[in-house]
Amino acid sequence: MDWASKIPILLAVAWLLPLASFAIILVGGRRLGRAGLGAAWIACAAIVGSFCLSTIALGGWLWVNPLTPSADHAQHESVHETAPADHDQPGARPSESAPAVRHAPVAEPLSGIWYTLGEFGSSRIAVSYYIDGLTVAMFVMVSLIASCIHIYSVGYMHEELEEVIDDTVRLTDGRRLRRAGRFHRFFQHLSLFSFSMLGLIVAGNLAMVFCFWELVGICSYLLIGFYIERPTASNAANKAFIVNRVGDFGMIVGLMIFWAGLGTLSFGDIRNSSGEVIEQGMFSLVRPSESQYELVVPDGFVQWSARDEIAQLARSGPAHAGSGPAAEPSAEQIEQWRGGRWGYGLLILGGLGLFCGCIGKSAQFPLHVWLPDAMEGPTPVSALVHSATMVAAGVYLVARCFPVFVPEVLLTIAVVGCITLFVAATIALTATDIKRVLAYSTVSQLGYMMLALGSGGWLAGTLHLFTHAFFKSLLFLCSGSVIHACHTNELPRMGGLGRKMPWTAGTMLVGCLAIVGAGIPLVGGLSGYYSKDAILAQQYVFAAANPPLSWMFYAAAIGAAMTAFYMFRLWFLAFVGKPRDAHVFDHAHESPPVMIGPLVLLAVLAVAAAWNVPLTHWGLESLLAQARPLGIDQPEFRGLMWSAAAIPGEHLSHESSVHTSAALLAFVMGAAGVVLAAVMYAARKLDSADVASQFPRLYRFLLNKWWFDEIYHYVWIRPTMAVSRWVAQCDQRVIDFLLDSAARGAALVARWDDWVDRRMLDRMIDRFAEAVYRLAIRLRGLQTGYVRHYVLAIAVGLVVLVVVMSLYWSSASAGW
Amino acid sequence: MNPFLDPVGLPHYLLVGAVLFVCGILCMMTKRNAIGVLMGVELVLNGANVNLVALGSPTLYPSGLAPLGLDGPLTAAFVIVLAAAEAAVALAIVLSCYRTLATIDVDQANQLKG
Repeated sequence: MDWASKIPILLAVAWLLPLASFAIILVGGRRLGRAGLGAAWIACAAIVGSFCLSTIALGGWLWVNPLTPSADHAQHESVHETAPADHDQPGARPSESAPAVRHAPVAEPLSGIWYTLGEFGSSRIAVSYYIDGLTVAMFVMVSLIASCIHIYSVGYMHEELEEVIDDTVRLTDGRRLRRAGRFHRFFQHLSLFSFSMLGLIVAGNLAMVFCFWELVGICSYLLIGFYIERPTASNAANKAFIVNRVGDFGMIVGLMIFWAGLGTLSFGDIRNSSGEVIEQGMFSLVRPSESQYELVVPDGFVQWSARDEIAQLARSGPAHAGSGPAAEPSAEQIEQWRGGRWGYGLLILGGLGLFCGCIGKSAQFPLHVWLPDAMEGPTPVSALVHSATMVAAGVYLVARCFPVFVPEVLLTIAVVGCITLFVAATIALTATDIKRVLAYSTVSQLGYMMLALGSGGWLAGTLHLFTHAFFKSLLFLCSGSVIHACHTNELPRMGGLGRKMPWTAGTMLVGCLAIVGAGIPLVGGLSGYYSKDAILAQQYVFAAANPPLSWMFYAAAIGAAMTAFYMFRLWFLAFVGKPRDAHVFDHAHESPPVMIGPLVLLAVLAVAAAWNVPLTHWGLESLLAQARPLGIDQPEFRGLMWSAAAIPGEHLSHESSVHTSAALLAFVMGAAGVVLAAVMYAARKLDSADVASQFPRLYRFLLNKWWFDEIYHYVWIRPTMAVSRWVAQCDQRVIDFLLDSAARGAALVARWDDWVDRRMLDRMIDRFAEAVYRLAIRLRGLQTGYVRHYVLAIAVGLVVLVVVMSLYWSSASAGW
Repeated sequence: MNPFLDPVGLPHYLLVGAVLFVCGILCMMTKRNAIGVLMGVELVLNGANVNLVALGSPTLYPSGLAPLGLDGPLTAAFVIVLAAAEAAVALAIVLSCYRTLATIDVDQANQLKG
């Protein structure tokens, strides 16, 4: 069976199923089943269908591209083991000091066009796909988590099936808001989101990515604002949307740079049916195979930056070259311009632009402020959109576009990720809202991913993306279960819930252990163990290569300890100890099976997602390793513009010494965090209020979230409001004045016109009409009603006529 | 010219027509009875008819150049038909008038007066 041609079709169907579900629910709405319950089943069926199809596609992919041992599990074997034909020489790995030998791809990505929207000369706009190990794995992961969350939502959102009385909304007359349930609309938005997210994953060009990027953005907006009547929810939705616009502005700049410079936004090469390349993709333009997949400034950028010289050449061309209407710059000239021009600067700018979009979407510092507020949405949405999938789209895009990022951009990504992870982790330490703790944890983990990617750890970053998706969606669903039972988000009002909700408590413990990276060092552990170790190992190597930047390593390590602390603080506060609020505790109950089922499934995945199939090297990591961009396996890269910092290659982090120290460090840090949390919140040896009062300033600083919202309020919102007030004043004072004056003038003219009308025209017409009337009154006497008078008039008239005629008519002409 | 001495010719016919016409006019003016008025109308029409026939008659024009030729008697025939139709309509109006007013005095019928 020809799987290579089937996989795009399978994924296309899997991608479009949720769209069909969206369309059906959009049309059917409340009429589907009782109060819209049918909408849930349609949406669930669609997403589970997507999951099944994508699993088949994954099987097909593995059939075509069998997995090779990944770096982590075969530390001293070749990672990039050349083409499948070269399988018989596994030891051909270059030594660290020798110049790196680059290999052909392990797995050729599938890249092609589903539907061409338009072709303009050599440019084309198409619905295309780019499928490699990362795409397939991501597709399966997203459809799986989305399936779990769809099913969970059937239970979680059941209140929306009836008329809802919203306690948090007061109408102007003081009554509580009553509104119709919106069960079907929730699933409608979820389906649209699934479609958009899956489209974003398979998209084969950046234009398509951008479309779906915005679509997931609008879905996020709709879902955050699901309880639109609550002011907090509508504000949070607006905040998310507006903050994302800031990032997307940069992204558009990046897209324009790449479009103008390369003439294509396609990731991979587009081939026609006979296998010829009809359009080179971005990756092969930036990292051509002729240069051994090493990053070069593409010809498009060189010609763009040297357009003055080319214009000069064209002017003097015909005389100089003798033949050819327009002289093309020769290959030597392009080589000569390549280094000196600002083509490389454009690559940096384009990369930074793309990363700007990722900053917004993945809630990185300084645009991270929207994500915690986005927790106003229903909890399944937080689990799906705002932790596992949509916010990971930024990380996914960075991983996808990794080949076009130059080292300067990667360093920026690493620094931004590092700041994000540290800031968010510190804020999570003091947050009391259960979902906000998880939200800041998400921001922090996304920072880890960015840090890993930016410091060269492509595999570490993407692996963490996957493991995080599983355990964070699990944690959110558990918190949703808790909220469902307690009807409060506040941790200080919970406590002791473990007895009432054993399943929730157990699965959440698994999630906490997974995010902490629990495991036995050097042996194995939960999914987070593998990814977090890989990230720390990469940081270790990065710090060794760049001593001035070693603070990033310490920040990541301390971040790991803080992660452990705040996660277990959350767990202990919610599930252990004495109930702090009797009312909440008495009403708490275990959630229905439709909610527990997804929890258990996700808990299993949170444990085992990073495991290999026993006794083989088949696993998530080796699948992702297939998709590693080409040409990034050198010992280190340095930028051309700022060459002080080096990005180390990922192989270095697999050295056993590095790996061992990173694993031990992660374990120690994690354990320290857990122990501290246990001392403070479970054993109560240390009173948390005491600790807070020891560092009052620090505590307030963290409790107020580093005053980011306040700073933005003063730096951006206040000036914006001031400007808009000023503009409003301009409007009222100047433009309104002009308009009012014009209107007043018009009224004046109209009044004068009115006077003329009444006094002159009307009077004239009235006089005339009066005269006619008087005449008519007089003439009325003539019509007596007596026939004889008329006959007399006729006779007299006849006589008069004859007399008059006879005066003019000579008798001679009468003829008789 | 003395009409009583001259042989009968066109002027005599025209004279008869004029007398009839004037009689009809006077009848219409003086009669208050609707039927009388109607009779006056008939006289006027027949006065005109005499003129038409006379002006169309070839015997009165020895040269054979009657001013109207065959049009004269034809038009007269039309006038007769029209007069009949008019009489029918007028009689119907008179009847209806009698039913509402119990009289056929045209001076009494002033309901349409403004």
